[in-house]
Amino acid sequence: MLRFIAGRLAVLIPTFIGVTLIAFLLIRLVPGDPIELLVGERGIDPERHAMLMEQFGYDRPLVIQYLSFLGQLLQGDLGRSIVTRRPVLEEFMNLFPATVELSLFALFLATVIGLPAGILAGVNRGSTFDHTLMGISLTGYSMPIFWWALLLIILFSGVLQWTPVSGRIDVLYFFPAVTGFMLIDSLLSGQDGAFTSAVRHLILPAIVLGTIPLAVIARQTRSAMLEVLNEDYVRTARAKGLPPSRVIGLHALRNALIPVITVIGLQVGLLFSGAILTETIFSWPGIGKWLIDSIARRDYPSVQGGVILIATMVMIVNLLVDVMYGLINPRIRKA
Amino acid sequence: MARAELRADAVTLEAKAPPGPLAEFWAYFSENRGAVGGLVVICIIVLASILADVIAPHAPFAQYRDHLLQPPFWQAGGTLEFPLGTDAVGRDIFSRIIHGSRFSLIIGLIVVTLSLSIGVGLGLVAGFFRGWTETMIMRLMDVILAMPSLLLAIVIVAILGPGLENAMIAVAIVYLPHYTRLTRGSVINERSKDYVVASRVAGAGTLRLMFATILPNCMAPLIVQATLGFSNAILDAAALGFLGLGAQPPTPEWGTMLADAREFVLRAWWVVTFPGLAILITVLAFNLMGDGLRDALDPKMKRS
Amino acid sequence: MALLEIRDLTVAFPTLHGMFKAVDGVSLDVDQGEIVAIVGESGSGKSVSMLGVMGLLPWTARVTAERMTFAGKDLRNLSRTERRTIRGKDMAMIFQEPTTSLNPCFTVGFQITEAIRVHEGIGAREARRRAVELLDKVGIPAPEQRLKAFPHQMSGGMNQRVMIAIAISCNPRLLIADEPTTALDVTIQAQILDLLLELQRERGMALILITHDMGVVAETAERVVVQYAGQQAEMQDVRGLFDDPMHPYTEALLAALPERATERRLPTIKGVVPGAGDRPPGCLFHPRCRNATDHCVKVEPPFDRGPRGLVRCHYPLTDGVPADHPRTQESAA
Repeated sequence: MLRFIAGRLAVLIPTFIGVTLIAFLLIRLVPGDPIELLVGERGIDPERHAMLMEQFGYDRPLVIQYLSFLGQLLQGDLGRSIVTRRPVLEEFMNLFPATVELSLFALFLATVIGLPAGILAGVNRGSTFDHTLMGISLTGYSMPIFWWALLLIILFSGVLQWTPVSGRIDVLYFFPAVTGFMLIDSLLSGQDGAFTSAVRHLILPAIVLGTIPLAVIARQTRSAMLEVLNEDYVRTARAKGLPPSRVIGLHALRNALIPVITVIGLQVGLLFSGAILTETIFSWPGIGKWLIDSIARRDYPSVQGGVILIATMVMIVNLLVDVMYGLINPRIRKA
Repeated sequence: MARAELRADAVTLEAKAPPGPLAEFWAYFSENRGAVGGLVVICIIVLASILADVIAPHAPFAQYRDHLLQPPFWQAGGTLEFPLGTDAVGRDIFSRIIHGSRFSLIIGLIVVTLSLSIGVGLGLVAGFFRGWTETMIMRLMDVILAMPSLLLAIVIVAILGPGLENAMIAVAIVYLPHYTRLTRGSVINERSKDYVVASRVAGAGTLRLMFATILPNCMAPLIVQATLGFSNAILDAAALGFLGLGAQPPTPEWGTMLADAREFVLRAWWVVTFPGLAILITVLAFNLMGDGLRDALDPKMKRS
Repeated sequence: MALLEIRDLTVAFPTLHGMFKAVDGVSLDVDQGEIVAIVGESGSGKSVSMLGVMGLLPWTARVTAERMTFAGKDLRNLSRTERRTIRGKDMAMIFQEPTTSLNPCFTVGFQITEAIRVHEGIGAREARRRAVELLDKVGIPAPEQRLKAFPHQMSGGMNQRVMIAIAISCNPRLLIADEPTTALDVTIQAQILDLLLELQRERGMALILITHDMGVVAETAERVVVQYAGQQAEMQDVRGLFDDPMHPYTEALLAALPERATERRLPTIKGVVPGAGDRPPGCLFHPRCRNATDHCVKVEPPFDRGPRGLVRCHYPLTDGVPADHPRTQESAA
């Protein structure tokens, strides 16, 4: 088991280096003078330019630059945003909870609906339910997520007026951010209607973001069930005369869940991509929107820092998923 | 013991010759109504894109100032002249959608061709030469995979500058690892098999081994992946278009059309609905066909 | 009345070419305490017929029989719940691949006690005690520790013993063993077979042993059924089968045994077992039979009384000579 984890970690490190390398090269590859890009000004006079070059270390050899960049990174210094002049890390941490809240809720919805649906479809292969679910799931991941968001906005915000179009909570509520999670903070604040408002703001973006994970989870659960139901040990369980609820619910499911849990965990990476689009459409103040805005504003230090942080986060989650897989699969746990 | 005359009439039954591979493939594939439906829709889209100039009632860039934000023909205020309505600058949506099909198909084609050829090439090299080469290539693929796909595409476009060509390159790069991993896995699997060893013993050189011997046996999963990659490419390029990083207005690319439409989402639902519907139908068709291909080509699923 | 009575059992599956009869008109009576071996090549339908009796076939299978009773109960008309009470309790089955037949996620102890608890409703502690007893009975050393082991931590032979333990845990009256030793080393094979025989003797179980290995048949069975392409070819007591087979297929099978080789080249049976698309008319074996006549091509032989048992042949053999055969009649003439 430990060897398993060590192996995964060993791969993680070069990958991380690779990501930092890409981020490091980002500013230097974008057309234009890097100093101008870093500082956000145009037409800097040569004297100031030379001073800035020295300040940012651009006069040193590339390798040294990279190494010092890496060094700063590992100390938590990701540079400063051109626009807000605040450290990138700080900006990121401020906006991170919003994205996490949205993603977790979306994943929760996707799992709570997708998992049982997939199990039922796998057990009742070929039934109407099975075909319908597969059809819905196929449509789900064939849709452009931003279009789906707009459609739902038309329906729920426009026609039905049930949900608002943007933001995390109605403007009239204001309370200190304790956890950064609006659902929790609104409850803690004790203000009347704050929680409901938070939920109403969260639900539509979460549905949109969770649609593709739902489709994937349902599909994968179904195929995992189908595969497992064909295995010898399921036949043995039946041969023992066990009731079908036990054969499926215990013997089959336990084995089917192993790959499925990995799939659920891996959705996190997908969620980030989806979050970028969802946050943009719903003006949800998270990292996705921040990243898009930063690119539009040419705030390259933010883009650079954001890319590294997001990628690192995804890598860590994937590592945790791998570890969890090793724990729940007895063949690896007790190798 | 005289065996003599008796078994002259030994009717050794001619077993019915099993169907050839193409016929067998079609038998499985055609059973899947969804897959066949997908194929039909794709053919329609291809036809539409080829005949766009003929079929579309208006030019995609023509602006009709008197018909801004006109609803589709079945709603009050709509006419058959602009069957699906017009957008904010008076362009016919129906014509733009038809012309947009060209872009979507080209996007899919170019992205898949690029990432397939480079990805498979890298995979072959990695699987064949092992050692350092393999490690370098696979680590590079890991880096690409470590980043959320849209994020990486956005970063690449940020470097190269917005535009349809750069969007296609970005998406192609993002998909590389899928093909590389698939190919490398297959190569490693097949390498140790007897037919490859036999080829090598017979004197086949590396290139020949790679392309003529091993690659044909890895084709099935690659074909499926490519078909699904087609649909993903359309989705991702549309996403980039929507973010303003892909095809630039006034190009009638479906994603870009949605970007323009965003402000009017509550006022003019048709500007939003139809381009997205076009994307959905196209992607759905490719996914259905890809699923059908996968089922038809998967030996485990073959029935007696 | 026999413990298990099967008359004209047919199992058909839908395929691209239409319905395929994997089992065609099989009839068998097994008495309490008897040992019957069912022998045949892959594709002879020997496993499928027994899976059909147990009720373990996939839903796509169509199972029909004129008669299928176990201990007097008509298996065809039982509800699913009733069928389940018999299965695993009075009628048990073990399979070919022991390690994959056990659930990799649960301990061996859990999988044994599960069957006991579901069928007999006893408590966890008592079930555990019984499990240890059973593991000891099937010859697993240090049974207490083994309860906590996972299947992948044990060898194939041990896992097969566990499977046997599970099968006999509720004292079944009939045990069906489907190629129990095929996947195991030769040295372990003998041990497992001995174990099965010992258990059979002690508990008075009926044992149906499915195998393709004539050697196994010789060592274990009292009565033998030879199956070919889904049909029964011959049924005789074991001695008689080996000394004087009635069906040409059996004769050919025995001739192919290395122990019986007289020349350097082992005799083979030319041709292949018919599959779904190429069922011959008349007798299924006629394309490969050295004694086949026009009659064999036109008329399907029934499974009937032969000289020393039941046989499906127009000209059953005695001492290698086909009865009432045109050739023998000619040479006599």
